[in-house]
Amino acid sequence: MIGPPIRAERLARGFGGVRVLTGVDLTVAAGEVVVLLGPNGAGKTTLLRILALLLAPTGGRLVLFGTDATRAPAALRRRIGYAGHEISCYPDLSGAENLAFYAQLFGVAEPAARIARLLAWAGLDGAGRRPVRTYSRGMSQRLALARALLHEPDLLLLDEPFSGLDPDAVEGLQQQLLELRAAGHSIVLATHDVDRAAPVASRIAILHRGRIAWAGDGRADDAAVIVAAYRTIVAERA
Amino acid sequence: MRDALAILAKDLRIEWRTREGISSVFVLGVLLVVVLTMAHDPSPETAPTLAPGVLWAAFVLTGMLGVQRGFLLERENDCLAGLLGAPVDPAAIYAGKLAANVVLLAVMQAVVVPLVGLFLHVDLAARLPALLLVCLLGFASLATLFGALAARVRAREVMLPLLLLPLLVPLLIGAVQATRAVLVGGLAGASGGLGVLAAFDVIFGVAGWLLFAYVVRD
Repeated sequence: MIGPPIRAERLARGFGGVRVLTGVDLTVAAGEVVVLLGPNGAGKTTLLRILALLLAPTGGRLVLFGTDATRAPAALRRRIGYAGHEISCYPDLSGAENLAFYAQLFGVAEPAARIARLLAWAGLDGAGRRPVRTYSRGMSQRLALARALLHEPDLLLLDEPFSGLDPDAVEGLQQQLLELRAAGHSIVLATHDVDRAAPVASRIAILHRGRIAWAGDGRADDAAVIVAAYRTIVAERA
Repeated sequence: MRDALAILAKDLRIEWRTREGISSVFVLGVLLVVVLTMAHDPSPETAPTLAPGVLWAAFVLTGMLGVQRGFLLERENDCLAGLLGAPVDPAAIYAGKLAANVVLLAVMQAVVVPLVGLFLHVDLAARLPALLLVCLLGFASLATLFGALAARVRAREVMLPLLLLPLLVPLLIGAVQATRAVLVGGLAGASGGLGVLAAFDVIFGVAGWLLFAYVVRD
């Protein structure tokens, strides 16, 4: 399975007659961090869930790592890590137990060592044995990220990862994302927080009314330019 | 198989820790048996004919509650997305959830059956194990499939009984008739009924195994 992590062509998806995605074209290369910006209801979460193979598109074509996403989904799932709006961790299990459960499902080799490393990386080594129900929002968010990284995926999909985090936690997460980018992971990050996402982006795309309305180089464009483009697009198409 | 066992172990660990499912099922089961028995005020002669109805009414109503709880675990924090995002065959998820439901329902039966026997003066526990097991498997197979479906919709508390009960009618009629036959004439008298119930188990089990992927995925 060789090819860019994501090649999406005219992806479409509707729910009960409402067209959420109307034709998304997006290619993500290895080692790229693509930040998806967009107002509420733009289709960011729907797009990420399609890329995570949790939702089937109703139109268009999705090729992940050179393989048609409708084929070999189990093999593709091993290469994808997804952290959605919610943390997908069981509140009555501890952080370590949650990671151990998912490690079994993903067939992670030497799970105990991997879990210990990830808990330390997420700053949760002291809280690993506590039930997730007792975690703060920031701790839960970091556990969700650790869960998504458990099987060392080549492609990481993050939906609003900065939401609910305090400034220190945001800085820590930005640092972690930059480390992952340096390690060659491809990341697609959906948010409407330009200031927090721009420092980690190698490319920025604005999703509006179900399609990519604008795309720019994250390194060249500063946050003010992106915000201006964002406001123009949203105002023009309102 | 390994994935199904992991899901079973996870569900049992959560249940052991919270005891939410078993405690709600236990309270409802005891309440139903007491109310149904008191309402009929049976004599020692009529009590054995009442036992099958009381037993299976209590089983179905408490069972639906237990199965629903099993899938609410997956809804909280969108844990179902975590399961479906893993490289796991949906059939293995079904098998794991089914096994967890069977364990929960078996524990519930271990309470309800002796209680029905006590109130109605019939020795159920010694005479019904095979029948109870066959009915439990059939009920759990179908309820696991529809529990997953109902957990994904807004009116899930209403949806599960609406979907499940009509399809359970043949199983329930068979269970009541076979229970009565066992109580009157022993297991030999219910062998035909047991065969029909076992056939339902196979049909429901295979249907769940094959359809679960379509039920849980968008």
